[in-house]
This record gives sequence, structure tokens and C-alpha cells, in this order.
Amino acid sequence: MTTVASILHVLLALVLAPLLLGIVNRTKAKFAGRRGQPLLQAYYDLAKLFRKGAVYSRTTTWVFRAGPTVGLSAVIVALAIVPLGGLPGLGAFSGDVILLAYVLGLMRFMTVLAALDTGSSFEGMGASREVQFSLLAEPALLLALAALAVCAKSLSLSDIYGLLYAGEPAHVAPAAVMVAAVLLMVLLAENARIPVDDPNTHLELTMIHEVMVLDHGGVDLGFIQYGASLKLWVFSALLVGVALPLRTGQPILDLLLGVGGVFAVAVLVGVIESTMARLRLVRVPQMLVVANVLAIIAILWALR
Amino acid sequence: MQILPEMLVMLLLLTDLRLLSSSRIAACIQTVVLQAILLACMTLAASWGHLTLEVMGVVLSTVLVKGLLLPWLLRRATREAGVSREVQPFVGFTASVLIGGLLLGLCFVISRPLQQAAPAGSAVLLIPGAMFTILTGLFIIVSRRNALTQVLGYLAMENGVYAFGASLAVEEPMLVEMGILLDMFVAVFVMGIVIYHINREFDHIETDRLSVLKD
Amino acid sequence: MSVVLLLISVGVLLSGGAACAALGTRGSANRLGAAVGVLGAIPAILGAAHALCTGQTSAFHMHWSVPFGSFRLAVDGLSAFFILIIAVICGLAAVYGAGYLKADIGRKNLGASWCFYNVLFASMLLVVTARNGMLFLLAWEFMSLASFFLVMFDHERPEVREAGWTYLVATHLGTAFLLALFVLLGWQHQTMDFERFALPADSMSAGVLFLLAVVGFGTKAGFMPMHVWLPEAHPAAPSHVSAVMSGVMIKTGIYGILRTLTFLGTPPEWWGWTLLVIGAVSGIGGVLLALAQRDLKRLLAYSSVENIGIICMALGLWLLGISTGNTTLATLGLLGGLLHIWNHAIFKSLLFLGAGAVAHGTGTRDIEQLGGLLKRMGQTGVAFLIGSAAICGLPPFNGFVSEFLLYVGALSGIAQAGRSDVAAAGMVALGALAIIGGLAVACFTKVFGIVFLGEPRSDLAAHAHEASASMRLPMAVLAGLCMLIGLLGPLVVRAVAPLTSGLFLPAAATVANSTGIDIVGLLWRISAGAALLLVLILALAIVRRRLLGGRVMEQAGTWDCGYVAPTTRMQYTASSFAWPILDMFRLLLRPRLDRRLPTGLFPQQASFESRSEDIFRRFGYAPLFGAFRSLADRLHWFQQGRNQLYVLYIAVTLLILLLWKLGAR
Repeated sequence: MTTVASILHVLLALVLAPLLLGIVNRTKAKFAGRRGQPLLQAYYDLAKLFRKGAVYSRTTTWVFRAGPTVGLSAVIVALAIVPLGGLPGLGAFSGDVILLAYVLGLMRFMTVLAALDTGSSFEGMGASREVQFSLLAEPALLLALAALAVCAKSLSLSDIYGLLYAGEPAHVAPAAVMVAAVLLMVLLAENARIPVDDPNTHLELTMIHEVMVLDHGGVDLGFIQYGASLKLWVFSALLVGVALPLRTGQPILDLLLGVGGVFAVAVLVGVIESTMARLRLVRVPQMLVVANVLAIIAILWALR
Repeated sequence: MQILPEMLVMLLLLTDLRLLSSSRIAACIQTVVLQAILLACMTLAASWGHLTLEVMGVVLSTVLVKGLLLPWLLRRATREAGVSREVQPFVGFTASVLIGGLLLGLCFVISRPLQQAAPAGSAVLLIPGAMFTILTGLFIIVSRRNALTQVLGYLAMENGVYAFGASLAVEEPMLVEMGILLDMFVAVFVMGIVIYHINREFDHIETDRLSVLKD
Repeated sequence: MSVVLLLISVGVLLSGGAACAALGTRGSANRLGAAVGVLGAIPAILGAAHALCTGQTSAFHMHWSVPFGSFRLAVDGLSAFFILIIAVICGLAAVYGAGYLKADIGRKNLGASWCFYNVLFASMLLVVTARNGMLFLLAWEFMSLASFFLVMFDHERPEVREAGWTYLVATHLGTAFLLALFVLLGWQHQTMDFERFALPADSMSAGVLFLLAVVGFGTKAGFMPMHVWLPEAHPAAPSHVSAVMSGVMIKTGIYGILRTLTFLGTPPEWWGWTLLVIGAVSGIGGVLLALAQRDLKRLLAYSSVENIGIICMALGLWLLGISTGNTTLATLGLLGGLLHIWNHAIFKSLLFLGAGAVAHGTGTRDIEQLGGLLKRMGQTGVAFLIGSAAICGLPPFNGFVSEFLLYVGALSGIAQAGRSDVAAAGMVALGALAIIGGLAVACFTKVFGIVFLGEPRSDLAAHAHEASASMRLPMAVLAGLCMLIGLLGPLVVRAVAPLTSGLFLPAAATVANSTGIDIVGLLWRISAGAALLLVLILALAIVRRRLLGGRVMEQAGTWDCGYVAPTTRMQYTASSFAWPILDMFRLLLRPRLDRRLPTGLFPQQASFESRSEDIFRRFGYAPLFGAFRSLADRLHWFQQGRNQLYVLYIAVTLLILLLWKLGAR
């Protein structure tokens, strides 16, 4: 039963992930007093992109074409590992958190290389910032999950999330709150969201992710956008598992709760995007350092 | 072990981190106010079952003085002295946060032997949390240029002392707290006047530039 | 059996080397030297494989008239492990060298170069099998000298001579510590034979011996702050030699530490902490300095410091695990470290060979001059890309397997050990590994992105040519190994696992039970993940092709934001790519900045230059050796240059010695 629910989770995520972007945009529109795009706009965009041909720069090589494909594959592997609240991930094993972090690293590696392949200084700049910020986000992610591992005394992500609230709540809750804060910061940084990056602009000098994919079009861009929504799903699932302490024990119920939680995270992201300004570029590393220190505090807290 | 005291201590740590990392004076003032309110909540939570009038008095006066009066004074000083709204650190914010992390680790280590002295009902990490708040205050005083930030560091330190007192259940904590509170008030008041006058004389309140007066 | 094969190897290498030297500048020396390298590798590989499979130790003993010396060799698991690395990499590098040095036929004394290469090869084999202190030191010295002469291959260039001398001084300073180590050991046990060193010493002297080993062997391995020779010497050597030095030779330092630890008894906790901290410093410092470099091979050399740091951290976790009785941590640390030794040997030599191919094909190693090489050197580019991904520890390549073990070790130390000191160590290791991982991605996206992608930044890069077949073949083999170990990690771990029994840990069969973590099973999961990744990539590639089938595919220029005349010089440079990160770490790196800001209404010229030098060299060694030099300058009056005077000095010295020795009676 649990396995079925886990498979269902992967399938649901594959289908519903683009909806997250719709929810984020709809929330932002509500805040701005607009009607906003249709909720399904991301699907329409993908459908349009998948029907298009392609224009490639003469500078580029096969690396540019392989980037989006490898990136999307990597994030699907991550999806197969990630648990959703009390629901275990499909391929859970001890230390799967490392594989999760590193397949996302592979995605980044290929995106950065594809950006550099165009020879555009614009995209080079974005690539440079991407590696700079992810360099700080990755330790924060691992340390935060290590804090949870301490609480649950387990090494597999699914066990960690499943057992997290089995112990004494007073022991776990403060660490969990801090970890949730860290994961939220990492989510915003890794998914190119305000206050780290602005997903809406192409032409400002402070954006990171959007500029790297500037030269991609057609199917490749579709893969990138789909991959980005899946990545948002993965991080949201990690956040939901900490922030939502409900474990029903019924796989299907857990699944529904988790999916609801993921959508709630999308709303939260929309709220943050509407109410915060983007940080100055020099302040972003500072935010991520705070996330790292917070994660360390969470570990210390959980260890005592 | 109850969940509320634990969460309050955690929030205290978070306010310390915010104090270390924010670059705006206004945000720092807000943070110190938040700390005071957290401490009041802690006192309330600790004596929830046996709430006395004395405790109520302390809590109320803490909130009034540290939550309303002092910030009002400080904000007025900022406004009237035309102080820069930035914190002007000697030690960068990122470095401050990292040092804060190290200090906290240190607090965890050195507070081990003190843990036994803590009263049974209080949060396990109250002692390191209180120590960390004191050290944060000290660090802010040492590492910031602006006189107003030094006042804030002083306030944070006092908050730490308060939390420490609460955690070690000093005899007659009310008396101690009232005394400290009075001290604080006078100190901040005097500081405010001094800042105002320094500013009038020198057009700035950067303490490192006062060193030319050392002779 | 194994040791006989090994002796055959050494014999082939030494006699072949001598034959090469005899051929001198003739062209056939090149072919012969490479052939000897390959032929010498085969018996050694067979012998090592035999020893690893059977798990037997085979020994060889011969009388040797050197005082305290005896010609004792033995091949046990640990030796076989290192022999395998040495032989595989040296054999492949020899094949590569034949192609690489072809251009120098008739211009240089290739015979001598190949002679030293094969001597280096043979001496490394002897280092890891010697079982007598004198023999070990002799082999060690041969190894150092042979590599010194190889570094000096391009001795007509002043920077190469400088690098060579730095290396010679550093390696001998290291050897001095080793001499002290073996003299102390020998004095304690009244023999120089390793088999009788195993008697436990008291903790005080064991600590001193440990520190001597860390400094002495660490100098060869490239631990920070003893690493300064490494980024000088490795780039200066011809690329196949750099590959051997960086991939293999520095690992003999690790071997030395492992072997010495078996003499010293159960380690106390501070040994583990020492290695862990040195490892973390070397790892982070090495990769940061690598990121700051613009010379391709120098960058790779710094990256070797980084990877040695990772290995050192792994050993630190192992020792901590032993001293705190935490078998899980110890096993994961040791296996991760051993595997990383293998993996680093593979991908670092691959990258050095690739860098050599780039230098060969373009004539420059300056990253800022290169670009767009993937179109001109397609196969080298693919191999280099695989090496880059592997060194960043990305799945599905081999680097991930070893780093995974270390991560799991660190995580289990934090979460499950229940001891605050182990948890602290785990946090240090986890944080350091994560930061190193992020920095390595930055470093190698910079290298591959700037060197192989985009447009050529100079004529040199525009007229690059692909390397010859004999240079591409070893790269292909190594790239294949990266992939293979990434997918079949569990088999490798199973082969390596018996080694743990000699290193304070229970034998492999009991390891899985006692740790509570089924390591091989975990690694199969990793392999499954990697396989899933590959299948998905393949499937999505097919989907992509289907979707694009029949649609219009056009070629155009890179979008230039409406700018009319973009040139290749307007691409992002390696320095600007790395700068934000270097700036973030400026407190550690202390980059020197040289700004000329634009002035006036019509600014003419402006420039910005940043240089990040090695801080240990700049703030540590440079002042130290400067002080030595000024001290030595004061003694200048002593050197008058007349030989009568020198004879007088000798006579006076003799007289004083005589008086001292005889007058005391």
C-alpha cells in the first residue's frame, strides 16, 4: 500500500508540478489586485514549447543540447527519492539525502555548462552567480537534513521524515522550526525565487537562473521549465515534511495531506514574492550564511 | 519538558542571530524589543500555574520599559540626532553571523556544568541561550561603530542577564530585575542625551572617531 | 607469487630504463621507453590482482650489506592496493607519453626522460612493498630524485628550474622528518625491519612518531601547509609525468601514513582530530586556490591538494572511529578514503592528460586564452568533461561513490553515535565536504566552460588540433573507468574491504554485521540510482528527438542583447566567473587588487587586476626563507672562491674533529 502511494506520489508530482507555478503566479496576482494568468498557464506554455522547432547558436555544441535533458533526468531521480511528509520516497535507502543533493548538483553542473556554451557574457554572469549561491545553499541543505537525522536517529530521508515526530515533541519542535526556516531559505535560493532571484525578468543584471537559460528555446526550454517546477516540488516536499507534523499512518491520506502541503508552500512562495523586495546581490550570501548557522544551531539543539 | 519554553528559547536565539545580521538600526531596535517581549513570555510561561501579583508586576514593567519606553527613546534619538540608519560594523555581517555561530557552540560547551543548577521546569537550553544573548550583546558593543548600536548591545546583554537570572532562579529575582531595569533606564536615558550632544558637537556619533579626544 | 611478479616488473623497468638512457636522443628511445613502461606495468598489475583476490601476503628476503638494511619486500593487501594504482596509471601514462613526447624527438634527450620515468615507476613499486626502513628510505629518495629530474625536463625555462628547486628542497625537508621517524622507530625496536616495528610504544613517543609521519609523509602528499611545492612542480613537468605525480606519487605519502599507523598501536582521539582538521583545511584551501588559478595545470595541481584533503579527512574519521570505538564511522571513513585514493588517481590523471592534450594542441595552458575547444578536440573534450564531473563527485561517476561513503560516515557520526565529540567531527566533515563539493563544481564548470565551450579567445585556441590516437586511448580508458566504478562501486568496495582487517578493523565479512549499515547493499542502491539516471537521460533524449523530428532547426548567433558587433573577447572570462566566490572568501585568500579607475569625462583606459597567491607561500614560507637568505648572505665573506682557502677549511674541520674525538679520551 505504501509503495503504491509512493508511486502515486511520483506520478502526481510529474503531473501536478507545473500547477505550482500557476499557484505562485495566481497568489502574486491576487496581491497585486490583478486577475492573473490562468492556473494552467504553465501547462499551456509547455504544450506550446513542445510543439516548436529550435534555433541554436552557432557557438554551441552538444553540451548545450544535452543540458536540459540531463537536468530533467536528474530532477526526476531526485523526485523518486524524496519523501512527502510521512509517506516514504520510492527508492529510500540510508544516505539517500546525499544522492538527492548530488543529482541536483548534476542538474546545476549541466545548466551552468550549457549557459557557458553560448559564449554570452550575460549567461556567464548568471552561471557565475548560480555556482556562488549554490555553494552556500548546499551545505545549508545537508546540515539542516542532518539536524533532522539527529532527531530521528536515522540516515534515510524517508525514515527521518517518518520518525521525526515520533519522539518527544518538545525535543523536536524547536529544531524542526529552525530546519523549516533553513529549508525555506534554501528553497527560495535554489528555485530562483525572490528575495534571491527574480523569475519574471530576463533583462536585469541581478537575475541568475533566467539569464542562464536565455538562449534555450522550444523543447529544450520546455524541459528546463518542467524541470524547474519539479525541483520546486522536491524542495516543497522537503519543507512540508518538517513544517507539517501530521503523520496519519494511512499512506493515501498522507499523500493527500502532503500534496495539499506542497500547494500551501506554493502559496507561501507567492506571498513572499509579493511582500518582499529582492535582496541586494551582496546580501544573498549573507542570508545563506545565516541559513547555515541556523542549521548548525538546529543540529546542536537536537544533539544536546 | 514542555514545548512552549523550548520554543521561546529558540526564538531568543533567532533574535540574537537577527541582531548580528541586520544592517538597519530600526531592525535592531525592533529585535531588542522582541527579545524583551520574549523574556516576559518566558517568565509568564515558567510560572503559569502559580501566577502571583509580583510576577505580573515584573512582566508588565518589563514590557512597559523595555518594550515601549526604551525603544521610543532610542527611536527619538535616531530621529533627532540624525543618526545614519545603517549599523556601520567593524566586523562584516557575514563574519558576525559566523562568529555568532562559534560563540553559540562555545556556550553549549561551557554551559554543560551549569545545567544541573537550572530549575526543573525551565527549558533545557535556557542557560546556553541566555549566555549566548549576553555574548551577542558584548560582541555588538565591541564590533559596531555607531553609539546607538552600542546601546542596543547593552540592552541585549541585559536581556541575557535577565534570562540567566530566570534560569538560575536567583533569590528574589524581582528585586534584582527591578534594580537592573532602573539601571537600564537611567543608562539609556543618559546615553541618549550624550549621543544627542556628541552629535551636536561633532556632527557624527561614531565612537571610534572619539578616540582623538583621548588626551 | 605476487612478489615475484613484482620483482619481474621492477627488473623490466630498471633494465629498460637503462637501455633508454643508452639510446639518448635517438627517436627509438621514445618508443622503447613507453614500451618498457607498459611491459613493466603488466606483471605488477597481475601480481597485485592476485594478492588482492587471494588475500595472501607474499614476502621476499635477501641479504643486503647496508648497515641496518635488509632487502625485505612483501606484498600484502595494502601494498597490492597501491601497486594496482601505480601500475595502471603509470602504464597508461606511458602510452600517452609516447604520443606526447613525439614532437620532442631529436630535440631533447628523451632517453634520459624515459629512464627517469621508469625509475620513478619502479621506485614507487618498491616504496609500497619495502619492509625495511633503509630500503624504504632509499626507494623514497630514488622516487624523489627521479621525479625531480622529470620535472626539470624543460629546464631551459627559468620557471621550470625554479619549480624544480622548490620541489627538491621541499621533498628533502620532508625526507628529513621521515629519517627522524625511522631512526626513532629503529632505535626503539633495535631493528629497521617493519615486521618488528609492531610492538606498541608508549603514548608519548607514539604521538611524536605520529606527528613526524604526518609532516614527513604529508609533505609528499601535499597536506596544507606543506603543499607549496606541489602547484609549482606538477605543472612544470610534462603532462604524463604530472598525471603520475598528481595521480599516484602523492598517494605514496598516504600509504606511508597508513603503514606507519600500523606500527603505532591504537590511536588516541587527537590523532583523528589532527588529520580531520588538516584534511578540512587542505580540502577547502586547495579548491579555493584552484578556483583562483588561470594556468590549467596549476589549477589541477591545487585540486590535488583538495582531494588529498578529502582523503586525509577520511583517515581522520577512520582514526576517530577507532579511538571512540565507533566501527561504523571507522569503516565508512577508511573505505571511503581508500576508494577516493583510487578515484582521485583515475580522474586526476585523466584531467592532467586532458590538460596535456590541450597544451599540446594549442600551445598554451592559460585558461583565458582558450575557448571553444570542444569543437576542435571533441574526444579530448568528452573525456575531460567526464573527469570534471567525476572530480566534482557527481553521479553517475566514481567520485560520487567515495564521497557518498564519507558523507554517510559523517552523517552517522552526527546522528547515531550518541557522543558529542564524534558528532562534532561529523559536522566538521559534513560541512567541509559540502563546501568543497560546491567549490569544486564552481572550479570545474569554470575550467570546462571556459576552455572547451564558447568561442576561442585567441588564435592559439582557434587553431587547436586534436591529440594523436596514442594520447586519446589512455584518456578513453580512464574515462571509462570513471563511469565503470560509478556504476559498479559495490564490486570495488568488496575487493577493497579485506584491507580493513589489517587496519584496526574487523575483517570484511564481519564489517557489514558490526556496523549495522550494509555498505555494499547501499552502494548497489547508488548504482541503481545512477543506472536510473542514465536510462532517464536516454529516454528523454529519445523523446526530445521525437518532439523535434520534422520541425525546423535553425542556426543563428548567440543572442547578444541587441549589440551590433560582439567579439569573442566579450565572452565571460574565467577570472570574472570565479571572482564573486574569491571575493566572498577574501579574508582567507587575501587577493591583491590593482585598480585603475576611469577618470575624466572621456575616460581612456581603465583596468582591474586581481591575483590570489598562495597565502601560505606569501605569509609563511616567503618570509621564512627570506630570513634564511639574509642570514646566509651574512656568511658571504666565508666564500672567497680560492681553493687553497677551502682546503684550509677542510683541514681545520678535520683537526677540530680529531681533537674532539681523541681529546675526550
